[in-house]
Amino acid sequence: MNSTTTLSPLPAAAPAVTAPTRRNQAFTRRWRGLVVPFAAIVLWALVSRLDLVNSALLVSPAKVLDTGRELLSSGVLWLNLRASLARELTGFVIGTGSGLVLGGLLGLWPRFNRIVGPSFNTFKQISLFAWIPLISVWFGLGDVAKVVFLSLAALVPVVVNTADGMRSTPATLLEVARVYGYTRAQTIWHVVLPSAAPAIFTGVYLALVYSWLATIGAEYLLVSGRGVGNLLIEGSEHFRMDLVLFGMVAIGLVGWLMNASARTLERALARRLGR
Amino acid sequence: MASTLSYRVAAPAASGRQRLQGMARGAEPFLLPIALFALWAVGAAQGWISAQVLPSPQFVWETLSDLATSGDLWLHAQASLQRVLVGFVVGSALGLLLGAAMGLSKTAEDYLLPTFNALVQIPVLGWLPFVLLLVGIGEPLKYILIAKAALVPVTLGTLQGFRQTPATLLEVGNVYGYSRRQQVLEIVVPTAMPTLFTALRLGFTKAWLSLVVVELVASSEGLGYLIVYGRQLFQLDLVMAAVIVVGALGYAIDRLLDWAEARVAARHGARPTPKGLL
Repeated sequence: MNSTTTLSPLPAAAPAVTAPTRRNQAFTRRWRGLVVPFAAIVLWALVSRLDLVNSALLVSPAKVLDTGRELLSSGVLWLNLRASLARELTGFVIGTGSGLVLGGLLGLWPRFNRIVGPSFNTFKQISLFAWIPLISVWFGLGDVAKVVFLSLAALVPVVVNTADGMRSTPATLLEVARVYGYTRAQTIWHVVLPSAAPAIFTGVYLALVYSWLATIGAEYLLVSGRGVGNLLIEGSEHFRMDLVLFGMVAIGLVGWLMNASARTLERALARRLGR
Repeated sequence: MASTLSYRVAAPAASGRQRLQGMARGAEPFLLPIALFALWAVGAAQGWISAQVLPSPQFVWETLSDLATSGDLWLHAQASLQRVLVGFVVGSALGLLLGAAMGLSKTAEDYLLPTFNALVQIPVLGWLPFVLLLVGIGEPLKYILIAKAALVPVTLGTLQGFRQTPATLLEVGNVYGYSRRQQVLEIVVPTAMPTLFTALRLGFTKAWLSLVVVELVASSEGLGYLIVYGRQLFQLDLVMAAVIVVGALGYAIDRLLDWAEARVAARHGARPTPKGLL
């Protein structure tokens, strides 16, 4: 919807953009993206320096950095981060593993799908967090309860995408497999799985994102032990905005790292499969 | 397993036996819920599981009808629905504006999208302590967090919807000498309609999910609070009754939006003019 497409009806006008201009444009775009965060930080620093808002909650950017450095050097951040990540990965592996099995059964076995599918679809409508009070009664407040919750969070997207991906194998491909006399195992291995792979990967990718969100949620609602979420809770209980802000940045960064690495993996996988 | 991997060419006329088979198939979705429910009822009646851990179905049902007749349920449901509505309306209005601004202007996108993407990385629960310190634990906290949850998918969906206008349609607009305003109102917005609606629907789902979370963490009324309250008193019947209500309401709203989405898609998506014309 940019003005160049609306105002240039002749396609020949497009290649007129030379390489240096394009590099310039990319540079401008990146530069523009930094304006808003930079302005916000300057404004924040100014407001706190000039004492424009009289509140103990307004900590300066320098204070947040100090807190961050302190958390890093004392090892408190690593300790909490490691606890969170260990739980996250355990839940992710359990949830994804069982999700692949359940999703595979739903996708490949019509009768199983008819019996279990509707119940599963109803189950996934209920907000996952609503289960936490029940989970806490059944499994306590410790790591077991958290891992159960995280596994559930990771399970749902994997099941949905695996089943959908397998069910949507193109009929023409299945026909070809039949013409070549493939056995059922061969058909699944050489036809259904490769064609479902992108969808399955999307499910796993979502599972990684969801289980990270659920990790933070579990630390809020099943308060006990260590974790990044507990840092935030502590900060808000003691009215320490610097701790809260630094915790938010840490959570955001970990989430972003997971997103980025999963996307890189997905691209590598797609290249491998020749898509 | 064979029937997914092969497909039937033509269905033969239904005989009596096949009709029976059809009925058996119709009953299949109910087998698992019935079995689970029976296990639950029998287990509770036989005392396999203590009522502290899993109360009997009758008990949960009694609690549910008590809640409904005493009016407590409506009070809490009303509080929750009001929160989710206010938050959703505010969040999606802002999201539509932000998405439209970025969708219509590349410059606005360059300035705003990177910051937006960075802030999106922090989940609702990460924002909670921050907003809590800023505005306290009252209603504004819930409105802000629910609005934020709705804002994200609506903004991204609007941006995407505005960007996917077919270039051919825009050229037709050029040929007819449309002004920029006409281009936007008569070409960009109508073609973006189905995507916008999907985004709004996703926004509502997110708003509903974060409502439950926010109420679980910080509230003194509402359906989420009912769950926490029951948990604190170890009244699992109350917890389960509240979870059932949350699930049923979420399901009903989802169905309603699904129906509305299909209608919007039928009106805007399947209109034959754009494709037929070109």
